[in-house]
Amino acid sequence: MTNIIETKDLQFEYTSEEEGAQVVLNGVDLKIRKGEFVAVLGHNGSGKSTLAKHFNAMLLPSGGKCFVAGMDTADEEKRFDIRQTVGMVLQNPDNQLVATIVEEDVAFGPENMGVPPEEIRKRVDEALKAVGMYEYRRHAPHKLSGGQKQRIAIAGIIAMQPACIVLDEPTAMLDPRGREEVISTIHRLCSEMGITIVLITHYMDETVDADRVVVMDDGRILLSGTPREVFSQVDELKAVELDVPQATRLIYRLQKAGVKGLPAGVLTDDECIEVLSNLLEVNGCPSSKPRN
Amino acid sequence: MIRDITFGQFFPAKSPIHALDPRTKLVLVVAYIVMVFIGNNFFCLGLAAAFLILVTALSRVPVKMILRSIRPIWFVIAFTAILNIFYIQGEVLLFEWGFIHIYDRGVFTALFMAVRIILVVMGSSLLTYTTSPTDLTDGLERLLSPLKIFKLPVHEFALMMTIALRFIPTLIEETDKIMSAQKARGADLESGGLLRRVKALVPILIPLFVSSFRRAFDLATAMECRCYHGGEGRTRMKKLQMHAGDYWAFGVTILVFGGIIAASILLPKVY
Ligand SMILES: Nc1ncnc2c1ncn2[C@@H]1O[C@H](COP(=O)(O)OP(=O)(O)O)[C@@H](O)[C@H]1O
Ligand SMILES: [Mg+2]
Repeated sequence: MTNIIETKDLQFEYTSEEEGAQVVLNGVDLKIRKGEFVAVLGHNGSGKSTLAKHFNAMLLPSGGKCFVAGMDTADEEKRFDIRQTVGMVLQNPDNQLVATIVEEDVAFGPENMGVPPEEIRKRVDEALKAVGMYEYRRHAPHKLSGGQKQRIAIAGIIAMQPACIVLDEPTAMLDPRGREEVISTIHRLCSEMGITIVLITHYMDETVDADRVVVMDDGRILLSGTPREVFSQVDELKAVELDVPQATRLIYRLQKAGVKGLPAGVLTDDECIEVLSNLLEVNGCPSSKPRN
Repeated sequence: MIRDITFGQFFPAKSPIHALDPRTKLVLVVAYIVMVFIGNNFFCLGLAAAFLILVTALSRVPVKMILRSIRPIWFVIAFTAILNIFYIQGEVLLFEWGFIHIYDRGVFTALFMAVRIILVVMGSSLLTYTTSPTDLTDGLERLLSPLKIFKLPVHEFALMMTIALRFIPTLIEETDKIMSAQKARGADLESGGLLRRVKALVPILIPLFVSSFRRAFDLATAMECRCYHGGEGRTRMKKLQMHAGDYWAFGVTILVFGGIIAASILLPKVY
């Protein structure tokens, strides 16, 4: 079993009295492998959060199936096993911390699972070290920065020892520094602890280091592939009101303007500098390479 | 200005009283209150006061802070004392003017009641000065957990307390922000009569309510994601453990309690 999450023709609709049924997910087929780092992009209302809530049985499919580590999320009896396997971190760091002391908050999940006290202690310490917040274990959450609070929320999930963590726009309310803290933390969790990461975000630059980018539109998967593959399809992304990283956009516009000899799928600023200085060198401007 | 409101009055320090198990402190405070109310003469109160002074000295909480705890209730104390002075009759008339008669017993009783209330309030404030709100909630949950067999929602109550403690600072901060935002839009919160000021609060309370519901909804989701399903089958990371200090505390309290009972039986009553 190499897929930690697998959806088959997943359908979901909200029914409200005023508007009747509103289809939010319309046939999503997605397989997420163990240990993979998947970024999910899509404009507001495209169904990202709804999809994420299917991954830990917070919502159940109206049609189709969703499997987590081989367990059908529709199976009531497996609900807590599923939530233990797929942890979820939400957008607002303030609203997901329960306790008045950091370490007690991290212990909340394992306590609910009925883990013995000594084992909880061990897990809490390890989780706090994994997110680099061990020194803050006795602090009150409200005195921490947004990025720190979000890392505590992540530690609270790690302490449940999940195979996969789904993060629903975890950086949307953070300043650039907090964003950087959170993103580098989850990359480390993926590479060092082998935890599968599903990162939902609308910041393009957070997705360039992912193994795979999935683009959602109107309850469906529009594009899926490596960041390079996905971001080279600038026109398709534009059609769904999504942007590409700045570096990609610059190269794309130069290409459109008729500049020859530029590769497609440039993602990071460094790559962009490299490509442009090579171009200038070829065209006879040797002094243009950045001097470090 | 609103930031000055502090919730709870925990005074962190390293002391043998701080180190006691919260359950011990809760039980002993109740015992202390009972003994102060059993005591019916000044010797009993003196004994209780001596006990309070001993604990205060051990706790390293500044005396000034303990004295401050009676400030909010000085009115109650004064009121009780005045009622007692005017209503209680005795043999020796000390003062007479028109319909006012003051007897010796009235004065003694008034003094006695005042001292009694002050002792109770100071003693219980010592509990909150030396125990963090988290420990207090924890201790309360565990002490009351036998009541679960009567279907009392002890765990839910404790969790509610914890969440309240967790979110009060957040909500205070938010109130501050909303107030600034409304002021920036020209809201005048600080002048005018009472009615105007109360009216000015409406545009602050409404956004606060809306966002609190939002927060409650998010928190419920987050708790569910973390496998919360009530108190059943839940374990706790922190184990409460009684140490030598706790047994000493019980021993000393029992001695004082015994002394007070003996004194209130053997010595003449004040009232
Ligand atoms: N609780 C709800 N009740 C009814 N409709 C909802 C609810 N939550 C979300 N929706 C609708 O579902 C759609 C997708 O929402 P969501 O999954 O939150 O999108 P995203 O996270 O990509 O912004 C939106 O059109 C939204 O209006
Ligand atoms: Mg969303």
